[in-house]
Amino acid sequence: MIRVALPAHLRTLARVEGEVRLEIAGPATIGSVLDEIEIRYPVLRGTIRDHVTGQRRAFVRFYACEQDLSNAPPDAPLPSAVERGEEPFLVVGAMAGG
Amino acid sequence: MSRVRVLVGTRKGAFILTSDARREHWEVAGPHFGGWEIHHMKGSPADPDRLYAAQWTDWYGQVIQRSNNGGRTWDTVGNTFAYDGTTGTHLWYDGTPHPWEFKRVWHLEPSPTDPDTLYAGVEDAALFRSIDGGESWQELAGLRGHDSGPNWQPGAGGMCLHTVLPDPNDPERMFIAISAAGVFRTDDAGQSWRPMNRGLKSEGVSLPDPEAEVGHCVHRIAMHRSRPNVLFMQKHWDVMRSDDAGASWHEISGNLPSDFGFPIEVHAHEPDTIYVVPITSDSEHYPPDGKLSVYRSRTGGNEWEALTEGLPQRDCYVNVLRDAMTVDTLDPCGVYIGTTGGQVYCSADAGDTWTPIVRDLPTVQSVEVQTLP
Repeated sequence: MIRVALPAHLRTLARVEGEVRLEIAGPATIGSVLDEIEIRYPVLRGTIRDHVTGQRRAFVRFYACEQDLSNAPPDAPLPSAVERGEEPFLVVGAMAGG
Repeated sequence: MSRVRVLVGTRKGAFILTSDARREHWEVAGPHFGGWEIHHMKGSPADPDRLYAAQWTDWYGQVIQRSNNGGRTWDTVGNTFAYDGTTGTHLWYDGTPHPWEFKRVWHLEPSPTDPDTLYAGVEDAALFRSIDGGESWQELAGLRGHDSGPNWQPGAGGMCLHTVLPDPNDPERMFIAISAAGVFRTDDAGQSWRPMNRGLKSEGVSLPDPEAEVGHCVHRIAMHRSRPNVLFMQKHWDVMRSDDAGASWHEISGNLPSDFGFPIEVHAHEPDTIYVVPITSDSEHYPPDGKLSVYRSRTGGNEWEALTEGLPQRDCYVNVLRDAMTVDTLDPCGVYIGTTGGQVYCSADAGDTWTPIVRDLPTVQSVEVQTLP
C-alpha cells in the first residue's frame, strides 16, 4: 500500500480528504504511482504532469523520506519506506508567488 | 420579471452576481474554485443553466468546469487540449522558431444553438471544439495550419486566441482573433481560414511592414447579432470598423482621448452604439488622468462621449481587460465592466450612470452576463 499526500487544490479537485492510499501492481515507481492516481482520479490528469509529454509540471515537486525526487526518472523505484506504506509520497505545489 | 446573472472570472476564483431586472440589489455567490485563476466563464445561449468555466493555475494547469444548474454545482470535464498532427513551430519573441505548446484556455464560446457544443480559444494560439459538453476537445487545425502560422508571434501577454465570434446567421462562418496575429475568418465551419486584416496599421510596434497580412495585435472584436457583417475592433492602438465582414477595416477612433484599450462591446438593441474603455498607452494600462471612463459612440464610431457618472474620477489607475466588458439584453440595455482593481460596475441605463455591484474582488479577468426570463 502506497500513501500519497496531494496538495490541497488537487484534493479539492479529486474530492478526497487526507492521504490517498493506493495498491500498485508491480514495482512502485513515480510513474506507476502517478498512473494509478490518474486512473482513480481522472480529473487529475494534466494537473501533475503534462497530458501529452508526461513531463512533471514545472511548479509541482515530488518528495519522499526527506528526499527531493522531482527530477528522478519515472521508472526509478520509490524508497522502500514508501513502498511499505511507512512514509507518504508527497506531491507538492512549489512555493511561488501569485 | 426578468433576471440577470453576471459571471465574473477573477485571478483567485469565480463569482456569480444576480439581480432582478432593476439591477439595483445584488446577491453575490462565490468564490467558486477559490485560489484558481478563472480566465473566462460563460453560459450557453441555448440553455442558460449550462455554464462553462476555464480554471487554471501555473501550478496545476488547465481544468474545465461545467455546471448544469446555473452555477450552484460544478463538475470537471475534459482538459486534454492536444494539438492535431505535427505540432510545428511559430516564431518566438526573438524571431526564432518555437514549438507550439498548450498553456491555457483564454476564452470559452458556447454554441448559440447547442449547449453541448463550445469552442475554446487557447494559448499557444489554436481553436478547439467540443461537441460533448466539454468532455473531449478536438483542434480545428486548419487555423493553425494556415500558411502564415509558422510566422505568428506572441504579444506581451502570450500568443493567445482570445476572441471567438460565431456569425449568428451563418453556422459556417466564424471570426477569431489572436494576439499578435490578427483576425481570421472561416466560411466552412472551421476547416479553412483566411486572415482578415486589410486596413490595420501597426506602426512602430514590431512589424517591418505596418500593413502586413498577419502580425497585428488585435485586442478584441465585437458585432451586433442583427448585423454580423459589421465588426468593431479594439486594437493594440486604434479602434477600427469593418463593414464587409472583416475584408477591410477603417479607423473610427475619432475624438477618443486615447485609442489604446482592450475591450469593445455593442449595445444589445442599437447596432451603431458601441463602447470602449480607453487607457493611457501600451505601457500605462490605466485611464488617462486617473479618471475611469467608458466611452460610447452612438454613430458607429468617430464621435465618442465620455460616460463618467458613478465611475471614479480621481486617483483611479485600474484597467478593464478584454473579456471584462459585456451587455445584457434588457431594455434599457445594461452594460457591465470589471476592473483589475476588483470592482464590477453596472450601468442599467446603457452607460449613462454606473454603480458598483462589488468593489473588492480579486483582479477581474472576465465579465459575462446572462439575461434570464
